[in-house]
Amino acid sequence: MNDRYELNKNLAQMLKGGVIMDVTTPDQAKIAEDAGACAVMALERIPADIRAAGGVSRMSDPGMIKRIQEAVTIPVMAKVRIGHIVEAQILQAIEIDFIDESEVLSPADDVFHIDKSTFDVPFVCGAKDLGEALRRIGEGASMIRTKGEPGTGDIIQAVRHMRLINQQIRNIQNIRSDELFEAAKTLQVPYELIRLVFEQGKLPVVNFAAGGIATPADAALMMQLGAEGVFVGSGIFKSGNPAKRAQAIVKAVTNFDDPDLLAHVSEGLGDAMVGINEQEIRLLMAERGA
Amino acid sequence: MKIGVLALQGGFAEHSRALDTLGIPNFEIRKATDLNKGPDGLIIPGGESTVMGRLLHETGLFFPLKKMIDTGLPVFGTCAGMILLARQITHKPKPYFGSMDISVRRNAFGRQMGSFHTTGDFLEIGKVPMTFIRAPIIEMEGPDVQILASVDGNKVAARSKNMLVTAFHPELTEDLQVLQYFLAKVV
Repeated sequence: MNDRYELNKNLAQMLKGGVIMDVTTPDQAKIAEDAGACAVMALERIPADIRAAGGVSRMSDPGMIKRIQEAVTIPVMAKVRIGHIVEAQILQAIEIDFIDESEVLSPADDVFHIDKSTFDVPFVCGAKDLGEALRRIGEGASMIRTKGEPGTGDIIQAVRHMRLINQQIRNIQNIRSDELFEAAKTLQVPYELIRLVFEQGKLPVVNFAAGGIATPADAALMMQLGAEGVFVGSGIFKSGNPAKRAQAIVKAVTNFDDPDLLAHVSEGLGDAMVGINEQEIRLLMAERGA
Repeated sequence: MKIGVLALQGGFAEHSRALDTLGIPNFEIRKATDLNKGPDGLIIPGGESTVMGRLLHETGLFFPLKKMIDTGLPVFGTCAGMILLARQITHKPKPYFGSMDISVRRNAFGRQMGSFHTTGDFLEIGKVPMTFIRAPIIEMEGPDVQILASVDGNKVAARSKNMLVTAFHPELTEDLQVLQYFLAKVV
């Protein structure tokens, strides 16, 4: 692999143990940075509002993303539609720090994802299982996140995806090395990547949790299940007291195995986002791309 | 000898792994009570200085750690670690620990597109692989500070008394020379 890909995986390593927050304005970006976000995701509408509004949802206005880049010193990420090569080229042109090829937006291509290895900027992609994660890495993703179910405030899918990915990694570690070829065929992934998982017992890139995280307890749960950090989308700016909730989630991620501290930071946060249960939603964003 | 690795956010696991490779006992520092383990040296990793700066205060680690650093605890700061130790940070009204007489500029090479890898000369060591990720540089230093490495005229490593800082990330490469330098010359 080339220098650029190594550098991009390295940036993801520096985000570990951190919280990446969705923001829609420079003011929200400042609130997120001051609360301890390790990066912000700049977008016009947070997932809960995208879900409510319906219709086709696209890359955000580059001008709006630039204003957020000017407002903070931490890395700024932004989303492109699955398979939308040109939206990615535009974000690279404005020197975004990370592109999220995201199922939260309406897919532009129902077959092909972007060949991320042709870009200089890093990409993060969602995954529900190990096969999906390794396919995205094979295409050049520098970071993986669970898909979860964005904009719901319901953690169940992120839990399901994180558990499944880690179960599948443990299964790969337990097979014989001459069985890896068959595993690669079954999972529909490159043999070299399944070999790395077999040898290292982890994904070859950083793996964050995303989708439905609304409380410090949710964030700590995902860390205990093996996430290396978390994305919080609608959970912060759809809650009663965004700054306080954001600070609490940041602390919960650092000390995810300290119940006394988690109890303390969970106190008096005001209303969490109302949320919506997975059985009640019509659009499963996690089903987009595979 | 045992080394504490500040583990609030960022690339702390990479430092622990490098210490493990050398067989040096080490432990993570996440809250004030972790300091009771009595570190003989401290590593402040890369990550986001704004996040670590905030969490240092919220965890009650800031003042005990500052006192330990200012009274001679050997400390090695990489990237964000260098920013946390600097006396002055360009475009920022207040420093964090402010223990080292250097002035640093954050994100001096720009955004992620400006991140790069090179090999450079490190005083007393020689050639060292250097990975810069949205890295800072040292713009000015006091008389007690020795510059150990420069890249294209930018000062990227320095030592002063009990403190060693690098703008790059030795822990992201397999090369252990800078860590060994810290353990041999500073601790």
